[in-house]
This record gives sequence, structure tokens and C-alpha cells, in this order.
Amino acid sequence: MSAREERLARNLLDPASALPEGLFDRPGRFAIHRNTVTASLIEALCTGFPVITRLLGDGVMKDLALRFLRAHPPSSPLLMLYGEGFPEFLEADTRLADLGYLGDVARLDLALRHAYHAADAPPLPAQQLAALPPDRLAEVHLDLAPALRLLRSPWPIFDIWRFNTETNAPAPRAVAQDVLITRPAYDPLPQPLPPGGAGFVAALLQGAPLGEAEDRARAEAADVDLAALFTLLLQGGAIIGASLT
Amino acid sequence: MPGAARQAALPDATGVGFKPQHFNDLCAAPGMVRWLEIHAENYMGDGGRPLAQLRHLNERFPISVHGVGLGLGGSDRLDPDHLARLRHLCDWLAPASFSEHLAWSSHDGAFLNDLLPLPYTDATLTRVADHIDQVQAFLGRRMLLENPSSYVSFTESTWTEPAFLAELSRRTGCGLLLDINNVFVSACNLGFSPQAYVEALPLDQVAEIHLGGHEAQQDDQGAPVLIDSHGAPVADPVWALLDHTLARSGPRPVLIEWDNDIPDWPVLAAEAGRAARALGSLSR
Repeated sequence: MSAREERLARNLLDPASALPEGLFDRPGRFAIHRNTVTASLIEALCTGFPVITRLLGDGVMKDLALRFLRAHPPSSPLLMLYGEGFPEFLEADTRLADLGYLGDVARLDLALRHAYHAADAPPLPAQQLAALPPDRLAEVHLDLAPALRLLRSPWPIFDIWRFNTETNAPAPRAVAQDVLITRPAYDPLPQPLPPGGAGFVAALLQGAPLGEAEDRARAEAADVDLAALFTLLLQGGAIIGASLT
Repeated sequence: MPGAARQAALPDATGVGFKPQHFNDLCAAPGMVRWLEIHAENYMGDGGRPLAQLRHLNERFPISVHGVGLGLGGSDRLDPDHLARLRHLCDWLAPASFSEHLAWSSHDGAFLNDLLPLPYTDATLTRVADHIDQVQAFLGRRMLLENPSSYVSFTESTWTEPAFLAELSRRTGCGLLLDINNVFVSACNLGFSPQAYVEALPLDQVAEIHLGGHEAQQDDQGAPVLIDSHGAPVADPVWALLDHTLARSGPRPVLIEWDNDIPDWPVLAAEAGRAARALGSLSR
């Protein structure tokens, strides 16, 4: 069965590959399975990359999804995670070279999906944060929620996301945008980060204490507004633990 | 064992395949719906709304965990990661039932997202029986095995499908999940009597019944072919086949599956009501 299964599996992903002779009483009908495989995986990719689908239109997206799934079928039955390599696939397509932002927008679609399914973690109660010794804040390590995601892009990915998901959103500006995704309850919330914000969050994600994270933020933007960053993290329920080194 | 007290058989009543968009309506107005089925793979994330909804529903309804990705019939070994995810889900839910399909769906690490056909030979029988033994031992529970919907049959098959299912049940002790729509679809596509198929099964081993909608299309020769689409109401001849089955099996848990072009809750609830009436007419 293994060698035969190999040929059947190949035929499902490549209609030009021949089916073994004499295998079925109605060989043409195996195409029904091929249709199910391709249609269901195209659907999974269109659903999983809603902003990309909107940007490209259904027809182009379905064509790209078909080529992607034939080259990169899912590696597990967890279709909620399918499409890890899709951003790079879009970036490698020379016909899409004029749309340089597609890869990072696809990463945003993917990050929102991952944030949706990430583990739950209750935010740290405000009084525990307030109880941290003010003179030793620089030594404090923050634990961030599993749903938190950080994306850095030379493209206006937040504006593009918003323009394609909200009615009456302003047209995207020609700016680089870093995006923080938090999950206050069950719905992931992407927000643009001010200058220095991504450096701060990236440092926290790497386990740096607050003092070092602040230095990293100031190296990117001397006037970084740390209070505003804390507000973003707190309102997103993204701080789940704090400890002194 | 967490939640072990909840682990009981599904009731001989109507259930539906749970869809997240129905959550509020279902909780407010379940109608004749007495239990729910979920696709295991949709609840294998780490957290968030899907698991929160499921925790809530698990307090209120008996749950059937229905796997669609294990590939019991495949020639590869069963994926240990996937088995572990199934065990984790079954351990915290303590569901009333766990079921999977007589099919393969992965090859060489690629998951193809379809329930693919098997030749019914002694070699396949041994392989599937070994896989079922492994699943039942690993999960520590009896599983149900579902009959597929077929578009092709293998020329080398030496077993009929009902005899194959009966033998698997006999060898492994697994129960059967009888999908009546699949029987009807396969019977039309392959040219056998759906009533005779049902009568050939060990109905005492059938612990759950599925009903779903199908779609009529044409194959590449222009011949009619039924597609198991789960995107339409249950067809009248399938309801008749349900009556034929229940008259022989006695009452069973009956599930309405509607996975594509999902309707508003009242439409699905009405289908469940019709299944409840089919069950109710047995006792009169």
C-alpha cells in the first residue's frame, strides 16, 4: 500500500502525475478527492489570510493558494496553523514584486491567527504591579502573555490591515509601521507602536529587565513614551507576571 | 481522572455538529438538541475562544469528539504528536464518545485534508485493526469507527465494506459510527443497495448515527455522482434510510452534520427536530 499510497498522494497534489492502472473500477472519479483536497486547502488559506485575500482578490488568491498547497501541503491536521511559509512564498513570486508589502501583511494575518489560538493567561493584577519597589524598576522582568505578537515592517502594515478590515478607515500612508498584537479577551487586537516601542517590546520578549528594555527603546527613539507603551500592554492584558532579578 | 464522572454514553437522542457561530443561539434555544459533536482538530489550539466555548458547552451537553485527521487507514505509523493531542483533549473533556474514520489522510508527512479510500483486503484489515488497537490502548477508551462515503472502489478489494467494518469491530472491540448519508452516497455511486448494506452491519455495535446533506454532480463521464458535501439539508431518501435503520437497530444517538454553507441556527435546529421525531416515532 505504501508505494501505491505515494502515487495516490502525488496525484492529489499533481493532476499530471499518472494513477496506477487498473486500481479503481471508476478511475476518473478519484478526481473528486483531488477536488476536495485542493478546494478545502484553498479555503483554509483564504480564510487564514483574509487581508491578503482582500488585497489580491479571490481569483488571484485562489490561484496562489493552489500553487502554494501543491508545493507546501499542510504538515499536520491542525489547519488553524496552516500557511507558515505563505509570506515567504508571496515574497518569492516575481509577479508580485511590485507589492513588496504582501509578505509582511501575510505575517500580520498569520500572527493574528496564532494570537487567537494562543494559551490563556490572566493579566497581573494592577496592585501587584504597583507594589514593585520604585527604586528597583530597572531590574524588573516582565512576563508577557502567550498571545502577544510583535511585527516590525518597513511597510504601513497596520494602515493596510485597517483599511482592508474597517469601513471608513483612512488610506494607508507611506510609513514604516511596527505592530503590537495583544488579546484583551478573545479577539486579537493589532495596534501600531510609536517609535522605540518595538525595541522595548522586543527586549522584554527576549527576557531583558525593564532598564535594559528602556535603553533599547531610547536607542531607537530618544523621546520614546514609556508610559504610553505600558498603557498599551496593560490595556491588552499583556503583562502576566513581574519579578525582580 | 479529570471529569471522569461525566464520561457516559451519548443519549439515544439528537445532536448536532457544533459550529462556533451558533454558540449563543444554541445555548439560548437548544430545541431538541441533547448533545454535541466537535471536530477534534479544531480544539487543539492552546487556548482562546474555541477552548473557552468548549469548556462552557462541556458543562451543559454530552460531547462527542470526532477526529478527522488521524488517518487510521494510512500506511504511515500513526502520528505520535497527534495521538498525544487527542489524549489531552479526551482527558480534560472526558467526552461521551470518541470516533474516527475508516480512511487515510496523510502521506509522508503531508496532511491532505480529505478522507481517502482504502482497498478492503486482509492486509488493510490487519493494518487498520492494529491502528485501532493502538488508539484504544493509548486513549484508554473504546472508539467508534465511521464508514466512508465512496466515489471509487479498488478492484483488488476482497471484502464488502459492511463485512470489513464488522470484522474490524469484532477484532478490536471498537464500536461503529454509521453515517447513513455516506451509505446512501456510496450506494448510488458504486451501485449497491443501501438497505442491504445496513442490514449486513452488526447493528448492535452501532453506537452513533450521522446524517448530513449531499450534492448531485456529474463525473468526468457525465454520469451522476453524489458528493458528500455536508452543505445542504438531509435528503428525503436518507431520512427514509434512517427510518429503515432505526427500525432494525432500535434508538441510537443521531447527529446532524452541516459543515459547509452553514445555515442559521433555526434551520439546523429544525433538522435536529426532524431527527428527534424519527427517534420518537420508534417508541409509539
